[in-house]
Amino acid sequence: MSDLLTVEDLRVSFHTPTRVVEAVRGVSFSVGRERLGIVGESGSGKTMTGRSILRLIRPPGRVTAKRMEFDGMDLLTLPERKMRAIRGQRIAMVMQDPKYSLNPVMKIGRQLTEVMKVHGASSGREAKRRAIETLEAVQIRDPERVMRAYPHELSGGMGQRVMIAMMLIPDPDLLIADEPTSALDVTVQLEVLRIMDDLVTSRGMGLIFVSHDLELVATFCDRVLVMYAGQIVEEIAAKDLANAKHPYTQGLVNCLPRIGARRDTLPTLKRDASWMDAA
Amino acid sequence: MKIEVEDLVVTFGTGRQTVHAVKRVSFDVAQNASFGIVGESGSGKSTVLRAICGLAPVTRGKIRIDGRDVTGARDANFVKTVQMVFQDPYASLHPRHTVDRVLSEPLRIHGIGGENERVAAALRDVGLDASFRYRFPHQLSGGQRQRVAVARALILEPEILLLDEPTSALDASVQAEVLNLLTRLRQERNLTFVMVSHDLAVIDHMCERLMVMQHGKEVESLDRAALADHVVEHEYTAELLRASEGFVRS
Repeated sequence: MSDLLTVEDLRVSFHTPTRVVEAVRGVSFSVGRERLGIVGESGSGKTMTGRSILRLIRPPGRVTAKRMEFDGMDLLTLPERKMRAIRGQRIAMVMQDPKYSLNPVMKIGRQLTEVMKVHGASSGREAKRRAIETLEAVQIRDPERVMRAYPHELSGGMGQRVMIAMMLIPDPDLLIADEPTSALDVTVQLEVLRIMDDLVTSRGMGLIFVSHDLELVATFCDRVLVMYAGQIVEEIAAKDLANAKHPYTQGLVNCLPRIGARRDTLPTLKRDASWMDAA
Repeated sequence: MKIEVEDLVVTFGTGRQTVHAVKRVSFDVAQNASFGIVGESGSGKSTVLRAICGLAPVTRGKIRIDGRDVTGARDANFVKTVQMVFQDPYASLHPRHTVDRVLSEPLRIHGIGGENERVAAALRDVGLDASFRYRFPHQLSGGQRQRVAVARALILEPEILLLDEPTSALDASVQAEVLNLLTRLRQERNLTFVMVSHDLAVIDHMCERLMVMQHGKEVESLDRAALADHVVEHEYTAELLRASEGFVRS
């Protein structure tokens, strides 16, 4: 499989007057046209890993890597002007909560047609037609009404579909989804994932799926990176997650309540100091 | 203590603006039992809990604790019997009060002596070191904050604990610790639990019986065994069950 993105020894640190916080400590991985999951608990560095690919980390954060290459381009040294052409166009990102990623004072229609115009729609009419098509592609039944609505008039699931629609307009090669369904109800969550799955498969996109939800990642992704304290402690095929080797991954799998398991107490995670300098 | 909820209706607003949050919901919880309410956002599950402890208006219907009607104004005795743990430990603890103040305030309000020993014991009970006593909430992790919230709820030695998504803001490993803590405290103190969650697996782990809610109404009530065997009557419950098993590629 040809790799879209290769990351080698990625480090993200935050420099404050009193100390240096290392959020990501030497992460290496590559993604092809597949679904790659990044799992970890809060503070494990999974979001920072996703963001640093798009150079979205601002000072006092510092990003270094031996190599960060996307389709033959070095993302570390690319001038900001060229980086802007990659963001959205080649690599898109869907964030956790649609409430904070859509413009609250602009109607959905205007937000979508604006993107259309940036990405080559010739006229206002064409932009509108294509915006409606995109909304239909994410299975919004009443696209005309949604076009006229403000973000606060939509439910969480609808909002997230609009976000996904917007990200897919330029037909990116790689989609980074950071907890795209964590703010949604469980049944809506599966619908949104199905839409994302169809789009990724039919367009042959690569997907980096960042999540804290092990169960979901195990069933949705092909391959999983498990992060702990800024490092990858284990890389594993999603279907083998139940047979994970690293005690941290095993602990995460076991501590989840399961329907019908009938246990009085749940096994808890005993953190080992040696995990800090694992892998 | 036994809880009986009969034809509970909760509405907010008046006239055309009326929102019917809970529509004629009934259930009983036996003494020392653990009852779960599952549903998605807007199903009215939290409103049921809030109505029981007086944080939401009871428009119609009856709520009885140990046979006594508590629908009207709650007295100090009620507060000592029924306590609640909220979802978000970041929002439910006063940011400018130390753990010590959070825990001793209820004791002072109810005129209960032996503050010093009681606060120390409460911290011990929820597995927090004595050194946490004079810290502020921002100096604690999410799991530690939720332990403080549990300690606060238990310091008046209530018999009923209402739990509103007590672990949904926590990491999976921390969730396991807090659920284990709640299980242990329930056994030690013969507590009666009513627990609300969107997570069917969490409810299955904690509760013997549960009710599924949607759009303010009861969808169905069932026990743990039925859930484990997937013997459910309503399509919506089946959908929740499927969703709890993760993503299925068609």
